[in-house]
Amino acid sequence: MTEPMLDIQNLSVVFGTGRLRVDAVKDVSFHVEPGASFGLVGESGSGKSTVLRAVCGLAPISGGRVMVNGQAVKSPRDKSFYRTAQMVFQDPYASLHPRHTVDRTLSEPLAIHGEKNAEARILEALREVGLGPSFRFRYPHQLSGGQRQRIAIARALILRPKILLLDEPTSALDASVQAEVLNLLDELRVRLGLTYVLVSHDLAVVAHLCDRLLVMRQGEAVEETTAAALRSGQAANEYTRALIQASQGFARDGVEPVLV
Amino acid sequence: MTKPLLEVEDLRVRFHLRTGIVEAVRGVSFQLGHERLGIVGESGSGKSQTGRAILGLTPPPGEVVAKRLTFDGIDLLTASKRTLRTLRGGRISMVMQDPKYSLNPVMTIGEQIIEAYQAHRKASRGEARDKTLAMLEAVKMRDPSRVFSLYPHEVSGGMGQRAMIAMMLVTDPDMLIADEPTSALDVTVQMEVLRILDELVAERGMGLIFISHDLKLVSSFCDRVLVMYAGHVVEELEARHLREAKHPYTQGLMNCLPKLKDDIRPLPTLNRDPAWAL
Repeated sequence: MTEPMLDIQNLSVVFGTGRLRVDAVKDVSFHVEPGASFGLVGESGSGKSTVLRAVCGLAPISGGRVMVNGQAVKSPRDKSFYRTAQMVFQDPYASLHPRHTVDRTLSEPLAIHGEKNAEARILEALREVGLGPSFRFRYPHQLSGGQRQRIAIARALILRPKILLLDEPTSALDASVQAEVLNLLDELRVRLGLTYVLVSHDLAVVAHLCDRLLVMRQGEAVEETTAAALRSGQAANEYTRALIQASQGFARDGVEPVLV
Repeated sequence: MTKPLLEVEDLRVRFHLRTGIVEAVRGVSFQLGHERLGIVGESGSGKSQTGRAILGLTPPPGEVVAKRLTFDGIDLLTASKRTLRTLRGGRISMVMQDPKYSLNPVMTIGEQIIEAYQAHRKASRGEARDKTLAMLEAVKMRDPSRVFSLYPHEVSGGMGQRAMIAMMLVTDPDMLIADEPTSALDVTVQMEVLRILDELVAERGMGLIFISHDLKLVSSFCDRVLVMYAGHVVEELEARHLREAKHPYTQGLMNCLPKLKDDIRPLPTLNRDPAWAL
């Protein structure tokens, strides 16, 4: 058996103390094999994003163990961690510095990690996400939403990480642009042998990109299932079934939903 | 056939900017009876500006031009501000996207609904209060008197949106414009809010304009759908005939959604034909 790329055992995340104590994540365990794609689904406040943030050091690990590439993570995370795992955030309008050009955004991680050959790496990163060299000296406001998210993906990929943590990467985008970004992510995973952890509230998106997924609710893991099981409508848990139902559109009582 | 509630003919919304004139809405025409009409499109297609123009809420320096824009025989373009004020919130209401921004944060939910009611109907405070509580109950609040005295930050997104719907429907309007009423909500809560909206609209025989980017949602909720692209309507069709859509944009929009039932990869993407924007 291969060693999992990401192994999370009994993770819990607690914010605040006493009366203000919030258990954002309670005793969640899952693991992701190298080259696989794993989804976390749930409604807002279910703790799905907090799990990702705990992995990359943006939220505290209050209990349990997080192993990345066979090693327990250190706090604070060291440089080698960020060479292994990188994150792409939800809103490309908020996650790119408005006064930095694409070139500067992409050269920052290279400078931090003392990488040589910045120019060639930046051009390559742009090519990888399907943008030409003409985008190199643009500011974020000169890009569309989909192009911005491509830049955010390029920034995450420029250090050649093994794991990409994707926090709702397409929910701020239009449907047609979402399709383009999903295709890009799919293609990059195969080409670069990446491991994905994808957080989304959209079951269809998760089922499209991931093989296995975990349904979360109020900080707890509800059910671990596979995309194939979702497709055939099998779900042991009632909450998962409610999610599947809701993703099929509005249904009046006694009227079958029009499936598009 | 009865006279349509709302008639829109060749509606245009223009913004005069330093860089030239931008036409956000370019010649939209439709009629609305007592039915549910969906307007779908991507961001920038002009769907929200269409809804706002009907209510006279186009932000300056925007300019609204139309051959005809009438609501129940009243010309909305030439109507006085006073007439428009009595129409807005009284006979035409609008539910906005995010309850976090559209409710007054320093007034309790009950007070806000009372204010909306008293602005349009002559009623004593007691009457308005009773009406408000009844309305909160109609939107399925579990404990109306408790919700009455809560501030917007004390309720969840779904409850906030239901309070918003209660406020908009308390005056018994003839027409409701809902601009992405459920986009800020979770999928499971979305269905609940839609069900309430659906019931109330059916019960009161209102006309509803439902603006959304979600083609799937609109087609399952509305009777008729207008598909907008680059400021004009590219296709109008019955919601249940959506699958027989003819325009390549509508087809593309439908196909590019990942589906739970079958696995197509890569997903078909939309090839935008410049001719669609003409």
